[in-house]
Amino acid sequence: MSSSSSLGASFAIDMNDFSLLRFIPIWRRHFLSWRRYWLSSLMFAVGEPFIYMLGLGYGLGRLVPELGGMSYMMFVASGTLAFSIVNGATFEGMYSAFARMQIQRTWDAILNAPMSLSDVVLAEWTFAASKSVLSCVTFVGALVLLGISREWTLLLVVPAALLIGAVFAAIALIMCSVAKGYEFFSYWFSLGIMPLAMISGVFFPMSELPKALQTVSYCLPMSHAVDLVRPLLQGKISASVGLNIAVLAAYAIGGFGVAMALFRRRFAN
Amino acid sequence: MWGARMSSVLRFSDVRKSFGKGDAKREVVRGLSLAVQGGQCFGFLGPNGAGKTTSLRMALGQTEPDSGLIELLGYTMPADARRAREKVGVVPQMDNLDPDFTVEENLIVYSRYFGMSDSVAKSKVPALLEFAGLSGREKSNIAELSGGMKRRLTIARALVNDPAFIVLDEPTTGLDPQARHLIWDRLKALRAKGKTLLLTTHFMDEAERLCDHLAVVDNGVLIAQGSPRELIEKTIEPDVVEVYGDNVAALKDRVSAFATRVEVSGETLFAYTTTPKPLTDVLAQFQGIRVLHRPANLEDVFIKLTGRELRD
Repeated sequence: MSSSSSLGASFAIDMNDFSLLRFIPIWRRHFLSWRRYWLSSLMFAVGEPFIYMLGLGYGLGRLVPELGGMSYMMFVASGTLAFSIVNGATFEGMYSAFARMQIQRTWDAILNAPMSLSDVVLAEWTFAASKSVLSCVTFVGALVLLGISREWTLLLVVPAALLIGAVFAAIALIMCSVAKGYEFFSYWFSLGIMPLAMISGVFFPMSELPKALQTVSYCLPMSHAVDLVRPLLQGKISASVGLNIAVLAAYAIGGFGVAMALFRRRFAN
Repeated sequence: MWGARMSSVLRFSDVRKSFGKGDAKREVVRGLSLAVQGGQCFGFLGPNGAGKTTSLRMALGQTEPDSGLIELLGYTMPADARRAREKVGVVPQMDNLDPDFTVEENLIVYSRYFGMSDSVAKSKVPALLEFAGLSGREKSNIAELSGGMKRRLTIARALVNDPAFIVLDEPTTGLDPQARHLIWDRLKALRAKGKTLLLTTHFMDEAERLCDHLAVVDNGVLIAQGSPRELIEKTIEPDVVEVYGDNVAALKDRVSAFATRVEVSGETLFAYTTTPKPLTDVLAQFQGIRVLHRPANLEDVFIKLTGRELRD
């Protein structure tokens, strides 16, 4: 039997213990709970980026007529859409997952049923990614209503949101797995997500950055999220779509593996 | 012996578990062996930090033992933990009902974790709520329930899968006497249905009342076991005389000739004896004290076995 206390040993997930469908009842529990709080939950994930978009798009948009072959409004709308997708999963994977794990002890209740930790974490991961899809659908609906974009390619934002959500859900769960309290999560928002947005082309093009910073940004997932989403508002597909998907998928799967190992370590003690 | 072993629902053989590494290493369970027989209400007693919680977690396959063998309902733990837990109900110490859901939703959502369809889960709700004395509360929110009602709902939730074995971790802690009596009544009803119960509690009256068999653990080892009657008879003198007063410590020498053991705790003196009459006669001569003569109980046993010092 492998010791689950060392990170290396616990990285190997017991495949007998890992059914891909058993997490569904847990996912449904989170969804039922979300239905009670959907408005306040969307307000956070979508409301804030949406206000950035309106403020910057209409305000700054007058001074910056065009960027990279599109209006500044289009530029910032696509950037903040990607940002709201990131926010949806990040909030869920940190605050909500932590509440269920540590405060409400929902995980303990589930683990007394015939469920294992991998089922619980898989449910958190997929649900947090689903929250990105919900954020994205709401945001895209608003873009269509405002007439900012009405391209058919907007439909492709939905699977993109699921993939981007999976990346940032996994990262958020890593934060959750090592957190002692909620305070910790504001560090990731303020010192992680926000600076990442600044260097990933959410609000202004990456070409304005120093070369070294551009390289760093290319290695990180958010720039690929923005790259993937931005052209879809203009009826186009990203020129580097294959690379974007590959980088995001690698971060999603790797991130989930690390989160799972860290949760196993946390629950072994 | 063989027959008893066959019918045991839970069995620990020389189980050990430690946490931490190097200097911080603490061995919490140190070679624990015990067996819970089918149909029993088994009381698992011990002071805080004795290793009860870790043992329960190992019994349910949620913590892996360092060594030793654990079998639950014939399954080896933790290897077959999920299959074993399909037939187990757990009432945790800490209330973890879903606060966002109604009473009925709590039961349905939990039933789904056992692979039940919504219609099967829903069909089970009325009988479960009736058992828990919560009929008509289907649509209530959890926040509207009293502490006793929440605990009864937690018991109902532990029964959604019709378990053969039910683990209850301090099921009446924090409840008022009325609520406790109602819980006791429900636990007796489960016992009458042939369920096997494993109960932890810090209330010795509760253990004495409900349990057929008790196991007392301290520092990670089993220090005594037997029925409540047996434990009282074999561990302790049958009569206890308690003396209350400002300076009872000064009486200690005067009464020790008439008692097997004398202990002073704060402003109370406890004298344990097999012949109480001479002792109470002597005490009658003193002014300014109050005397209570009573039969020995499980609390006396527990204190004798685990000492009077505080544990935290």
